[in-house]
Amino acid sequence: MPSAAMEIRAISGHAGSVPGAGVSRDYDVCKLIDVTTCIGCKACEVACLEWNGYSFSETVFNNSYQTMPETAWNYWNLIKFNEYEQADGRMMLLMRKDQCMHCEEPGCLEACPADGAIVQYANGIVDFQQEHCIGCGYCMSGCPFNIPKFSSEARKVFKCTLCVDRVSAGLEPACIKSCPTGCLHFGSKDDMKFLAEKRAKQLRDVSGFKDAGVYDPSGVGGTHVMYVLHDASQPELYGGLPKDPHIPWTVQLWKHPLKWIGNFGIIAGAIGIFAHYLRFGPKIVKEDEKEKSNQGGKQ
Amino acid sequence: MSSESYFLPNGRVLRYSYHERMIHWMAGLSYVYLLLTGLSFWSPWLFWIAVVLGGGTISRELHSWVGLIFVLATWLMFRMWSSQMKETPADKAWWNAIGHYIRNEDAQVPTADRFNPGQKLLFWGFFWCGIILLVTGMVLWFPNYIPWQLNFLKLICVILHPIAALVTIALFMIHVYMGTAMERGAFGSVIRGDVSRAWMEHHHRTWYEHILKSSSARK
Repeated sequence: MPSAAMEIRAISGHAGSVPGAGVSRDYDVCKLIDVTTCIGCKACEVACLEWNGYSFSETVFNNSYQTMPETAWNYWNLIKFNEYEQADGRMMLLMRKDQCMHCEEPGCLEACPADGAIVQYANGIVDFQQEHCIGCGYCMSGCPFNIPKFSSEARKVFKCTLCVDRVSAGLEPACIKSCPTGCLHFGSKDDMKFLAEKRAKQLRDVSGFKDAGVYDPSGVGGTHVMYVLHDASQPELYGGLPKDPHIPWTVQLWKHPLKWIGNFGIIAGAIGIFAHYLRFGPKIVKEDEKEKSNQGGKQ
Repeated sequence: MSSESYFLPNGRVLRYSYHERMIHWMAGLSYVYLLLTGLSFWSPWLFWIAVVLGGGTISRELHSWVGLIFVLATWLMFRMWSSQMKETPADKAWWNAIGHYIRNEDAQVPTADRFNPGQKLLFWGFFWCGIILLVTGMVLWFPNYIPWQLNFLKLICVILHPIAALVTIALFMIHVYMGTAMERGAFGSVIRGDVSRAWMEHHHRTWYEHILKSSSARK
């Protein structure tokens, strides 16, 4: 993926304006998942395991095609299946590839107390640095999508990296490469938005899905993984995709007002104690006279 | 402990038994560790504390285990002191005179029993906050065992744990100040166990008269 530094400023031997000047150079990346063309083949699940070096996990059968109930610390990409009965009685098999959404305002990063354990790159990728992770699991509380998963073995938390290693080498993520139907797209956020809106319009105008739309939730500042849904008014149908995700209010309360109240209280308390000592000093018991009278008295 | 044993040679009085001092420091030292590691997770500006104490991973792991030691000590304290920490009708007059107490006008403060109402507040504050910290801490200790359907539990604990901790920090700061700088002799009482008769008379007159009476009754 070209970096901003590689954006063309001038070219030699060219008449007129620089072609592509001012156009997004894929500086912020985005994955677009068109669930309407997903066939649930799970090639993306396998590609993810293969690229990231994890072996296939034991599957859990739950009367569905789904590999396991939710993503795991060593299984970052999972297609969620939902057999959905429409109002007119027709069945629909809804499939959604679940993985980290790479939020513009990541709740995991907000909640994390460990220095440098979670980084957000300028291209929008949110990545965990396990060597700095202390394994507290606060990221799991901060995430509205149930994505970070704790490994009891490593005592650290793991999740999808949006193949940051591939992307920084100019390659697309492994899942994108494996998709046989082309329901997975990768590019700049602007380009993906354009593509997604175009596809949603097509679904509305041509395919009869009047509620088709794009999932790019504003509650987390937008995401660097977007969906095109047949029914964007009910994202919950797609394996529990939250309708209005945001960083949990208790995490925000803890990280902002409570932190400032607490810091102010501790510092003001310390100053108050010091001031008290200067003003009133210690409680000194006059020992000598008391000792004498006591010794004369008892025992 | 028989009432006789309160009176030591050279006019000294036993304030805290070995058993009491041991449990106090079990709670005290574990609390200081929990405070330091807890503060390192509280603010990025204090994360260096975790680094000094062996790294973030070790601090996170031991914070939970040392928390159990603190809870055990708090429970032992509850068994040992709760009967003496009960609120009495006389406490109200003491609180009404808190201004005099703060200004060191101790002659105008009602006499205190073995523990003055301020100490009772410290005790019950730590006891109830300890329960909150234990329950919320257990949830935060094992985030991977809380299913997503019960995620609200984690979210409640994430906010309650630091709130309870901040209350204990306020109590702790006052306790340390009073036990060291402000009330001379108090720190020695929880290290060596003894205080002077004058100290007893000054700070815990009701209790002192009680043990005097019971010791003379035995004679």
